[in-house]
Order: sequence, then structure tokens, then C-alpha cells
Amino acid sequence: MSAKPFLKIDHVDKIFPLGGGKEYVALRDVQLDIKENEIVSIIGHSGCGKSTILNLIAGLDTISNGTILLEDKHILAPGPERAVVFQNHSLLPWLSVYQNIEMAVRKVLGEELSSSEIRDHVMKYIQMVNLDHAKDKYPGEISGGMKQRVGIARALSIEPKVLLMDEPFGALDSLTRANLQDHLMRIQMQTGNTVVIITHDVDEAVLLSDRVIMMTNGPEATIGEILEVNLPRPRNRLELQHNPEYLRCRGAIIEFLYSKFAKEDE
Amino acid sequence: MVSKYSNAVLLPLLLFGIVIAIWSAISAQIPGFPPPSEVWSELLVVLSDPFYNNGAGDQGIALQLGNSLARVFGGFALAIAVGVPVGLLIGMSKNAYTAFNPYIQILKPVSPLAWLPLALFVFKEVNTTAIFVIFVTSIWPIIINTALGVRSVSEDYLNVARVLQLSPFERVFQIILPVAVPFIFTGMRLSLGIAWLVIVAAEMLTGGVGIGFWIWDEYNNLNYSHIIIGIILIGVIGYILDAAMGLIADFFDYRKRGLK
Ligand SMILES: Nc1ncnc2c1ncn2[C@@H]1O[C@H](COP(=O)(O)OP(=O)(O)O)[C@@H](O)[C@H]1O
Ligand SMILES: [Mg+2]
Repeated sequence: MSAKPFLKIDHVDKIFPLGGGKEYVALRDVQLDIKENEIVSIIGHSGCGKSTILNLIAGLDTISNGTILLEDKHILAPGPERAVVFQNHSLLPWLSVYQNIEMAVRKVLGEELSSSEIRDHVMKYIQMVNLDHAKDKYPGEISGGMKQRVGIARALSIEPKVLLMDEPFGALDSLTRANLQDHLMRIQMQTGNTVVIITHDVDEAVLLSDRVIMMTNGPEATIGEILEVNLPRPRNRLELQHNPEYLRCRGAIIEFLYSKFAKEDE
Repeated sequence: MVSKYSNAVLLPLLLFGIVIAIWSAISAQIPGFPPPSEVWSELLVVLSDPFYNNGAGDQGIALQLGNSLARVFGGFALAIAVGVPVGLLIGMSKNAYTAFNPYIQILKPVSPLAWLPLALFVFKEVNTTAIFVIFVTSIWPIIINTALGVRSVSEDYLNVARVLQLSPFERVFQIILPVAVPFIFTGMRLSLGIAWLVIVAAEMLTGGVGIGFWIWDEYNNLNYSHIIIGIILIGVIGYILDAAMGLIADFFDYRKRGLK
């Protein structure tokens, strides 16, 4: 890993204008350097501004103060080098699994690839998430877990520098979720993507991340603590259950969320 | 036990019998009101030679209906050509919506027939006038439903478009239209239904060849059974138009395709 920050979030504020001249300061002075190939998770109580940070990195929303730099370039608008996996998968329901991915590939890599290369490329990512058998199905015909896998395949297929995931497994049952977490870790080891993943699940944060970013509560939310997870990869959830480092990290996050920054109404 | 299917045949037949009985009673009361039997035999005569053409005033029923349908489809096609782009525009742009909305709200409740004299004055020709009246009839539901379709495109899909950096053109064709098309067809189906209502009245006023004028003409000829035949044929064709639009709309609706 290079020491130079790959993705730099520098003194970022996000202020939402409210009606009648009022405003809501969602984020205040957020600072974070993310290294290339790193998996970072952002955890915090609901409403603290996790999605807001992700949207700023994605360029889907505008920064009020400060800057975000990816490889020293200012982020001003959305772009395919920062692929997003949305919480509700946001597949286009009128396109099949294959077509959803193909549409993204064609737009982003269409000029470099011939049509047979496009087909191979799309199939490679469909296979990566084990969905060969469902490639001609429509989103309405497959399960939530499968949809989320398609969402991940679509995001990865455009070969982004950073993969941004907003509670990607939040809506899934715990078995499906565990399965997808394993998928994600395996794929990331193959592709080496830099991943920023938002979660409110403590185990998910520890299992997946190199570092866990813990957010204070809003308004004026910011980064409270950053936890390094010193666990070797590949990680196996069964073996980790009693691993002292795993338990230490888990304990630290729970301490942060439910003692230091407990939220009354949860 | 009577099955659901024989019910579906028997019940309308029963009601048909009742209607025929009431109709016969009415025609017995009003001198000259044609009884069902007379209308039936006249219907066979009218349908036996639907394509005859003895000049402008005297043509077969198929030519009358064909002329009306041609006007409806002419005005309807124009309304689609103008209404869909305008609907897309006001659905996508808040400014366009603000600019157009007051006029749409004011013009929408105006009976299309109120435009007829003005159109006749401008075009000085019956056919163009009728097509214009159908255009004015059809355009509002198409604009309004198209705009509604555009506004119902979820923010998530638009975010996908932004991340992929789709051009405005690609965004319209790959994201907005697939969502909006079922709405557009709903508007078109509404429009076509109203257009078919309006054409009869418009033709009564303009004259010429067409089912509306045909009915009016038969009133002047004291040929009342033809009026009833006209009513029945207008109903049957209106039903067919609506059913056909429904099938086309379903064909273009991804939500209904996915279920297959
Ligand atoms: N467009 C907006 N206008 C005003 N307030 C907003 C807007 N978007 C988010 N917020 C507020 O900012 C805070 C952070 O929201 P969000 O980032 O969605 O939280 P979460 O951590 O649950 O993802 C919340 O209090 C939310 O109400
Ligand atoms: Mg959120």
C-alpha cells in the first residue's frame, strides 16, 4: 500500500439549506485519507451523515466547504471511476441482469472494447458473482440478494478506482448478508479495488474493513474515532469468532456507539 | 350449478332480452320510433354494402366510419408528435413546467368544440378543422401523462445515469422513456377515447363525410333506425379502439412484460 493518500477528504462540511433561511449542518470538518486497495467502513447511528459523506465522494451531492481529491483531482461531479452500489440496488427493471451490466460497460468501456469483448467482459462479472444461471432474468424475477450481487457486478464491471457502497446488505436477511460479505471480500482480493462501505452493522464493519471510521451523531457530525483492524486476509468468519483482535475491534465499536455516542431514541 | 363461463354469457343475454322488451315498448308508444326488428333488418342492409360511393352526400357506412377514423388518427398523431416532446420537456425541467403549467390548466377544461368555429375560420376547410379539433382534444392528456411519467422516474435511476455520465440524449432514451412510456400510453388511451367522443359532435357541426354527419343527416331524412345503427357502430368501434390501445400499451409496459 502506498502511503500517499489515494482518496483525500479534506476539511469537508456539508450544510443543507432548509426552508425559510434556516440550514442544517450535517457534517463538520470531516477529514479522512483513504489508501489505495483499502477497505474502509463508515459506521454510525442512523441520520449521522454516512450517506451524505458517500454522496459527496460519489459527486452526487455538492460539498459546502473543503475538498475531496481522488488521486489529486477534485471531485466535482459523479463519474464512473467512483462506482456506487446503492442500498436498494437500483437496477433498471426493464433490462435483464445481463443488459443492466452491459449498459454500464457499453457506456464506460464501449470505445475500447469490441462487441465480443464487451460480451466477455459482462460475462466475467456475472460469473464473478455466480449469476450465470440468472443472466437473462429481469430484476423483478430474482431475490434481493441476487439483485444486490448484480448491483455489485455492475459497479465493478466499469473498473472503478473506488467502489462506494451505501449499506449494500442492509435490506437482506442475515444468511444472505453473510454470503454476500464473503463474496465481496473474495472479489476485492481478486480486483484490489478501494472500497468505502457504509454500514450500521458492527460485525460487518470488523469483518470487512482494514479501518473502521466511527462517526459522531449529528448535527455537525464528524469522525469520532478511527479503528485499525489488524486481521490477516483472507478472513473467515468462523475462525474470527473467538479471535482476540476481532473481539477487541468489536468491543471498541460497541463502546463507541452505545456508550460514548449513544443515541437516546434507538 | 351454472359455471362462471355460462354466467358470463347468460347474464348479458338476459339483460339483452330486457332491453329489447323495453325498446319494443317505447317504439309502440312513440309513432315512428323504429322497433328492434326494423333496426336489425336495416343493419343488415347497411352492412351488406358498406363501401358504396354515390358522391359526397351518399356513401356506405364503412366509408363514413373510415373518414371519421382518419380524422381521429390524424389529430391524434399530431397530438402525440407535439404532446410527447412537450410532456418530456415539462417533466424534466422545472422552468418549463412553471412556464407551461398555467396555460395547460386553463386550456385543458375548454371543450374542444369551442375551438371549432375559430379553426373553421382559419382553415376554411372541414377536414383540417376536424383534425385540428381532435388535436386539441387529444393533446392535454398526452402532455399531462407524459410529464407525470417523467416525474415518476426514481431518483436512483437518475443517479445511475449520473454515475455513468449518460448524455442528456442517452438519459432520455435509456432511463426516462422506459419509465414514462406506460404513462404516455395511458394518456394516449384516454385521448383516443375522448377523441372518438368528440369527432361525432364535430362532424355534426362541420358536415361532410363521416359518422357524425351521417347520423345528423339521417335525422334530417327521418331515418331513425339509422341513428340507432350509428350509435351501436360508434360504440363497437370505440370499444375496439380502446381494447387495441390497451394491448399496445401492455406491450410497451416493461412491468407487464417481466411477468411473462
Ligand atoms: N437533502 C437534505 N436536506 C436536508 N437535510 C438532509 C438532506 N439529506 C440529508 N439530510 C439530513 O442530514 C442528516 C444525515 O443524513 P444521512 O447522511 O442520510 O444519514 P445516514 O447516516 O443515516 O446515512 C440527517 O439528519 C438528514 O435528515
Ligand atoms: Mg443512509
